[in-house]
Amino acid sequence: MKTSILTASAAAFALVASAGLAAARDQIQIAGSSTVLPYAKIVAENFGETFPNFKTPIVESGGSSAGLKEFCKGVGEDTIDIANSSRAIREKEVAACAEAGVKEIQEVRFGYDGIVFATDIAGPDWALTPADVYKALAAQVVVDGKLVANPYKKWNEVNPALPDWDIVAYIPGEKHGTREVFEEKVLIAGCEELGGMEAGAASGLDEKASESACKAVRKDGGSVDIDGDYTETLARIDSNKTGVGVFGLSFYENNADKLKVATMSDVVPSVDTISSGEYPVSRPLFFYVKKAHIGVIPGLKEYVEFFLDDQMVGPESPLAEYGLVPAPDAERDDQRAAFEDGKTM
Amino acid sequence: MTDSSATVGTAVAPKRRDIGIKSRNAAEKRFRAYGIIAIALGIFFLIALLWTVFSNGYTAFWQTSIELPINFEESVIDPDNERATDPNVLLTANYPRLAQDALAARLGVDPDDRSQARDVGRMISNGVRTQLRDMVVADPSIIGTTQTVWVLATADIDSAAKGQVDLAVDEARRKISDQQVEWMRTLQNDGAMQERFNSGLFTFGASSRPETAGVGVAMIGSIYMMLIVLVLALPIGVAASIYLEEFAPKNRLTDLIEVNINNLAAVPSIVFGLLGLAIFINFMQLPRSASIVGGLVLTLMTLPTIIIATRAALRAVPPSIRSAALGLGASKMQMVFHHVLPLASPGILTGTILGLAQALGETAPLILIGMVAFVADYPTTPFDPATALPVQIYMWANEAERAFVERTSGAIIILLMFLAVMNIGAIFLRRRFERRW
Repeated sequence: MKTSILTASAAAFALVASAGLAAARDQIQIAGSSTVLPYAKIVAENFGETFPNFKTPIVESGGSSAGLKEFCKGVGEDTIDIANSSRAIREKEVAACAEAGVKEIQEVRFGYDGIVFATDIAGPDWALTPADVYKALAAQVVVDGKLVANPYKKWNEVNPALPDWDIVAYIPGEKHGTREVFEEKVLIAGCEELGGMEAGAASGLDEKASESACKAVRKDGGSVDIDGDYTETLARIDSNKTGVGVFGLSFYENNADKLKVATMSDVVPSVDTISSGEYPVSRPLFFYVKKAHIGVIPGLKEYVEFFLDDQMVGPESPLAEYGLVPAPDAERDDQRAAFEDGKTM
Repeated sequence: MTDSSATVGTAVAPKRRDIGIKSRNAAEKRFRAYGIIAIALGIFFLIALLWTVFSNGYTAFWQTSIELPINFEESVIDPDNERATDPNVLLTANYPRLAQDALAARLGVDPDDRSQARDVGRMISNGVRTQLRDMVVADPSIIGTTQTVWVLATADIDSAAKGQVDLAVDEARRKISDQQVEWMRTLQNDGAMQERFNSGLFTFGASSRPETAGVGVAMIGSIYMMLIVLVLALPIGVAASIYLEEFAPKNRLTDLIEVNINNLAAVPSIVFGLLGLAIFINFMQLPRSASIVGGLVLTLMTLPTIIIATRAALRAVPPSIRSAALGLGASKMQMVFHHVLPLASPGILTGTILGLAQALGETAPLILIGMVAFVADYPTTPFDPATALPVQIYMWANEAERAFVERTSGAIIILLMFLAVMNIGAIFLRRRFERRW
């Protein structure tokens, strides 16, 4: 028995040692945003079923930044082929990529995601504006042209039309790409509307500092950062029926029997209002393809083409059914053409 | 003895000294009460945990299925009769259409009414494509015949049939329409829609569709990793402990090693993940997401636990055994392998199994080596991408669909079963081979 264990472990070591010589990778590897993950999973699964000669791609989740970091590690079979991202790649990241040898990156924008505010289904109807959210959640609000610490405790103090509930909102934590959109499209928009930038300038802040003042959220318990996923936000609202949560449109649509969505500036969030641009809080979703891997990793080109096909990202596609807001027809055509032409960043 | 009892008998009883017997008894009673309260609290939390997991999860082991007489029409599968020359025809045929037509016929819906036909099609899982394809590819002679097949219902129908969706809310707020609910009731009354045992939960890989999602790939990944850990960590750990305990001189260096091993046992597991990423993937160029890397990382993590358990087991063997063996002329190595190791083996095995059980439940180090991923295909070797059971639980817990809630708990039940089997095995081995002196 002793000898058999020794032989087995020797064999295992031999396996490890020979791994460097392992056969070429025949499976696409994808990593990145957890917002894009459900869409990438649907495409990967359908790709594997439609093309029996290719393996189903591996999709890791871990966040946009982590995915792009892996992506920019270099070129070769031991690096990933595609990075999913819920935000555009940053200049810094492009530079880091180029330094590691990833010089040709193809950017694909495959659709949009809406960000909605929702409360427990039993609650009253909510009509919010960016200004209301800013007044309720910012650390400092504008009173008489000056920035003062947020005095509001209840939603109806912010706007008399809102219910008499304590202000408790569950917003995405700093590590989420959603947070950036929330800050930019809601907090800063509301802040600008109420003259927060001028108030900031009046108290001697430059433009950048006033903007950070606008998007700083209160730390007295009125605004709660959720670092987990939307399931955690939903669980919080389940236990605190007067809480307000921030969700992705697709998550809300999958749980519409438990949640009531708030209108934003009197527009009901839906695939239609977001694709037409009426609903203000939305963002594009991306994935980035390593051009050097096309033709090397089997199926990579086919996968991207399959992803961009109307039967995947069109208005009547499985992705749209899950909650993706399809890009307008012309934009989808452009994205397809750009990929076909091998356009790089 | 008799003297002293006589003295006690005759002497005047001395005044009873107050030795605090009452307060000592009371203290003991209080202490016992604390102990009982502590155990009761522990049991309460355990029951609460198991109750939530089992009450949420037991439904995952049943899956709503629909019995359909499916006509494998040649005009749908192979309209141009090319299958003899082009085998791809059978792979890419429109199989969902067959199931949709069969269900529409079953419900008396006009197949030309497109919106109604689509609603009917949405009751059947898209997994039917691979299900029917595999049937046809395995036996092409069924083309043109009618077969009775149990197909999976979609997760929305499944959740509704299990009562997990509130059907009282407005139609627009749920994923299934009133018409679909009505069809569902018709099928249920006819016995054509039933809850059947969800064998797919054990055999399918990851899927974006809850009804075709299973822990198959995760189980294989976990088993591969456990084997790697066992094959590497047990011999290395036992050899290291035997040397340290029986042969190594006691000096500064071995003290330092001991401190380090104890320290490593307490290092957060994510650190081992970072190490694995740097050494096994970046330096040794092993593939990402593969169970071999996961197994190696978990081996590093489990080694200190096994070494500590083995050293404790070796130390528990009485020195008299060693002295006797040496006294009868055994060499030191004979003493260790013929006498000490067999006596210590129950303790070593218990420690190893507990270490393995700990490794089985680990997710954090796997994030960094790419094993927290969507993997649909079965791995054939440990070098292929795979996930692990706790990873699958974590990923399902983050899904938006209602049907993944029960599946998350279902996967937890499966993991708990694995752990229970391992721990019961450890207890059994200990009972079976334990020696007392």
